[in-house]
Amino acid sequence: MRKIFGWIGIFAAVLFGLSIIQGPVQAQIKIGVAGPISGPYAKFGEQLIRGARAAAEEINKAGGINGQKIEIIPGDDACDPKQARAVANRLVNQGVHAVAGHFCSSSTIPASEVYDEANILMITPASTNPKVTDRRLPTVFRVCGRDDQQGDVAGDYIANVMKAKRVAIIHDKDTYGQGLANATRDRLHKNGVTEVLYEGITRGDKDFNSLVTKMKGLKVDVIYFGGLHVEAGLIVRQAREQGLKAIFFSGDGIVSNEFPAIAGPATDGVLMTFGADPRKIPSAASAVAAFRAGGYEPEAYTLYAYTAIQVIAQALKANNNSKDGTRLAKYIKRTTFDTVMGPKQFDSKGDLKVSDYVVYKWSPTGGGKFDYSQIK
Amino acid sequence: MFTIGDPLIILAQQLINGLILGSIYGLIAIGYTMVYGIIGMINFAHGEIYMISSYLFAIFLALVGLFGVSSVPVALLITLVVTLVITGLYGFSVERIAYRPLRGSSRLAPLISAIGMSLVLQNFVLLSQGANTQIFPSIYEGVLRWSMGSKDNFVQITYIQAMIIGVTVVSMIALNILINHTPLGRACRATQQDRTMANLMGINTDRVISLTFVIGAAMAAVAGMLITFNFKSFDFFIGFVAGIKAFTAAVLGGIGSIPGAMLGGIILGLAESLFAGLVNTDYKDVFAFGLLVTVLVFRPTGILGQPEVEKI
Repeated sequence: MRKIFGWIGIFAAVLFGLSIIQGPVQAQIKIGVAGPISGPYAKFGEQLIRGARAAAEEINKAGGINGQKIEIIPGDDACDPKQARAVANRLVNQGVHAVAGHFCSSSTIPASEVYDEANILMITPASTNPKVTDRRLPTVFRVCGRDDQQGDVAGDYIANVMKAKRVAIIHDKDTYGQGLANATRDRLHKNGVTEVLYEGITRGDKDFNSLVTKMKGLKVDVIYFGGLHVEAGLIVRQAREQGLKAIFFSGDGIVSNEFPAIAGPATDGVLMTFGADPRKIPSAASAVAAFRAGGYEPEAYTLYAYTAIQVIAQALKANNNSKDGTRLAKYIKRTTFDTVMGPKQFDSKGDLKVSDYVVYKWSPTGGGKFDYSQIK
Repeated sequence: MFTIGDPLIILAQQLINGLILGSIYGLIAIGYTMVYGIIGMINFAHGEIYMISSYLFAIFLALVGLFGVSSVPVALLITLVVTLVITGLYGFSVERIAYRPLRGSSRLAPLISAIGMSLVLQNFVLLSQGANTQIFPSIYEGVLRWSMGSKDNFVQITYIQAMIIGVTVVSMIALNILINHTPLGRACRATQQDRTMANLMGINTDRVISLTFVIGAAMAAVAGMLITFNFKSFDFFIGFVAGIKAFTAAVLGGIGSIPGAMLGGIILGLAESLFAGLVNTDYKDVFAFGLLVTVLVFRPTGILGQPEVEKI
């Protein structure tokens, strides 16, 4: 008899323990935010988290979604595809309503499969590889442009405005970097420019001197690089050290204040394509002011993450906080969203109907600092 | 457009690029090869020691500046000494904590312990210093150029790159003298040949092994400082890639042999640079490792390695 009481006691204790764990959390709406919070690309992860947190705070202050508050659950994929899958599984198990992420295309693609299986809505603020939406997973969206659109702008600019003849195309063999490089190459071919060099480097390498010497031998006018800011900074710096004056052109992967820090004085004159600066959109003014008041400059992807959360929140609101990704997706595809970055509409694949890539130029602002501004 | 001198100039520049890269690999490889030579284990935490030295260098240089040392050469000299000592201490502690308690156990135990140590150090730096890429200021910018023909045709080497090659050569000579011509070196060689016997002859082998780790770590610190100087940026993950390349260099040259580590580093650096420069960048690592496999097929102990004699 005593034994039975003992078992009942344990049973009761376990039940009690479970109810404590589950109790207070249920009133929240969990939204996962996944990206490279650690690793060499941690700067971008910080932008996503900052943007998402600010949006969530704003929405919570206004009463939340149908009376429930948003809770942001961060997930760190370090831009590693394997870790991205694991993070995606963890977020699904934690019961998130939707996910704003991931950052690197190579992480977003495997992670999106996990969300698709679990029927969870995913909106990436930053992954621009065409494959993200070209696989037509029903619950996958993005609030940024696509590399083929970005490559078109870069390819046209190099061929028609710069009128360059000897172009070297370098990429980092990653889904994003190579995708962007290929898109630019295709556009250049259409414009009648054939590249003199097309090669891939390895992420994590530090020494690109032999590549630079080779480009010097080929007398290139323009180096187009598809990749991220760490390698971009090293390549352009080593090019200038060797006296190679070719103009360096890259994509939105170098939009970070770490890029000028790594490249040093070589930053001057570097070109890149990026969406029209979201900070300068009138509807973003109050959000930008709030960021700056908190001592943070909302550069690059910060406002994209903000937008992703706003779209998620509005979709949840209109669908009674449903977790059903397919239902949310159907709503998103037929609705116009009013976001900090202006009105946004999505097509049947989950891409934005209107993309707004323009060419930017890095130039010194005095005191060894650099900033980018749109080329008129 | 091309003049006749062009291909030659490019080739000469690629040789210099390869030589610099090779010197860097060689400097790190020495740490692997010394430890293997003395106690027959591979110290996988060595790449992390190199990474830590980069951080220490940057931190101490900033600190020395804060304490009001305004002369750059003096500041550099103080930083250099402090970094060498502290990195040496790291090497000493790693051996004391992770390897000495396992001496006499199976060969695999210290290997696993080394991998664990490498993860511990990497995450320690990640958590204490953050994940961001760290930036090092530009000091001693300058370049030597030999022009041939026109103004734009030149072969060049920056001051820092020249320093890398110079320091590598000096370190090699100093180490060789230390090992081959001093009582300390004799104790090292005796420990390498037969640890028990050396102990019986009155050599404190534990101290010799500790010293090996300190010297290995100091060499990694030399490499770490020079590379930080050269690339001006580093993060907590640089030890991994550099460690793998240096380990490859050590195996290629014959692990256990100090001149072998240097030779292996230079061959690896030249192979990578020439292949990337003359053929294709995508496959440079494939080519470098293919070269390693080929050498090991014909010489299993590496280029300068001695066949291992089974000790009974």
